[in-house]
Amino acid sequence: MLEIKGLGKTYGEGAKATHAIGDVSLTVEAGEFACVVGPSGCGKTTLLKCVAGLMKPSRGEVLLRGKRVTGPPDELALVFQEYSRSLLPWASVRNNVLLPLRHKSVPGGDKKRLVEESLDAVGLTRFIDHYPWQLSGGMQQRVAIARALAYQPSMLLMDEPFASVDAQTRGDLEDLILRVRDEYGITILFVTHDIDESVYLGDRVIVLTHAPTHVKEIVGVPLPRQRDQLATKELPEFAHLRAHVYRLIKREQEATPEPDPAGLVSV
Amino acid sequence: MSRRTYSTLAVAAEIAVPVAILLLWQAWTVHADSQYFPRLSTILVEFKDMWLFSQFHEHVVPSLVRILLGFGIAAVLGIALGIPLGLSRWGRLLAMPHIEFWRNMPPPALLPISVLLLHSIGDVQKVAFIAFFCLFPVLLNTIDGVRGIDPTLVDTARSYGLGRLARIRRIVLPGAAPQISAGMRTSLSLAVIIMVVAEYFSSTNGVGYVLLISKNTFEFAPMWAAIVLIGLLGYLLNLLFILAEKRFLAWHRGWRAATGS
Repeated sequence: MLEIKGLGKTYGEGAKATHAIGDVSLTVEAGEFACVVGPSGCGKTTLLKCVAGLMKPSRGEVLLRGKRVTGPPDELALVFQEYSRSLLPWASVRNNVLLPLRHKSVPGGDKKRLVEESLDAVGLTRFIDHYPWQLSGGMQQRVAIARALAYQPSMLLMDEPFASVDAQTRGDLEDLILRVRDEYGITILFVTHDIDESVYLGDRVIVLTHAPTHVKEIVGVPLPRQRDQLATKELPEFAHLRAHVYRLIKREQEATPEPDPAGLVSV
Repeated sequence: MSRRTYSTLAVAAEIAVPVAILLLWQAWTVHADSQYFPRLSTILVEFKDMWLFSQFHEHVVPSLVRILLGFGIAAVLGIALGIPLGLSRWGRLLAMPHIEFWRNMPPPALLPISVLLLHSIGDVQKVAFIAFFCLFPVLLNTIDGVRGIDPTLVDTARSYGLGRLARIRRIVLPGAAPQISAGMRTSLSLAVIIMVVAEYFSSTNGVGYVLLISKNTFEFAPMWAAIVLIGLLGYLLNLLFILAEKRFLAWHRGWRAATGS
């Protein structure tokens, strides 16, 4: 589905250059839920922006279904961490979800249906005529997810989508996204700094090094596909995997030679 | 104090204070008996005789048309130029020195050349003159508003495949609208000022022209009636604008209250 080949990103030139991403290669299979974790400042957002076609990599390439990504691809939707900044404050929930469909060649009636179906999938039908700022943080992020679903992508990129909501809401949203993945049969590349979250959600966890970023290890998650906030997290395998990923990142952080490269890489 | 009592009191104060000032004016002018400061009652009678409505068509309508046309042209041009300049660093680099030069120009300094260049003291000259000076508040606020749009919003739109024009229509224009509106409000008050200046110095009709004639004939009652009219005109135009803004930018008030920004 997605192939990242020798991807690298350098900001600036000469002595002042910041090597955000050294050399990242990985693949994500169709239908897979792949989580990316790494120490803070490791260029996770940069990586995602390159995959989304919003940023040009300095080296290497991104292939989506074998086609090289040069701009934002049609079958890809991106959900940002900052829901309050990615939703249009002047548009109702309905019009926010409609935004990506306005310029897509879908018949008008289908657009309305897509908007309503995707809001139903995230349980916000009742709030369709509200403004986003009238909703709680968790609900706003559900609007952003509904908008991504309405676009009918085959792949969803998520950049720490649940980092700014409280723990209870985060658990609910995690289960929501797992359910949506099953319903829509969507492939997900999910960036997070939360190790528990990566193991709980992922079929595989891709652990990155600090900048200039490489892939440190890819950890398979052989937990039962049906995840549950209590049962799954009580499994001994969950604890082992969590500890393993934790150690990888801890070791990586201790080896960090310098702090965030000039704050250029936001995580 | 309940919210209701508070707003009733606020409205009462807003009406009571001007009424008190007018009563004081009347009492003082009766006592002073000065030809420069006619009695309020004299001014009001003059106001009624002139503007309701014997000279309304001759002098008020042309002034209003000039204000609205000049303001309208300035708003359209300011937004149309401000959006590309707000989006382009190079554009701003090239344009800003010129904008700063002209926007600080006192309007009377350009009055003579406007008359000569446009070969007239007619409506074209006055509308162009008003539009020129009203352009800058809209233009500068549009540039600022466009620059202030959250890059995450633009990235979101890009990732959903919205092209440049679609992004301008769906993101840039509505996102900059609150600041564009603030600029337009400044321009609207400016339009009244420039209208009076232009009509006073180069016109054969309009409210500003009435000021000139009453000065030349030493008639203070019509002069004061014109001053009152100009004040009311500015006040009412601003009021109408605020009402329109409340309607079209209702989201902005709610959003600001919700986010505390």
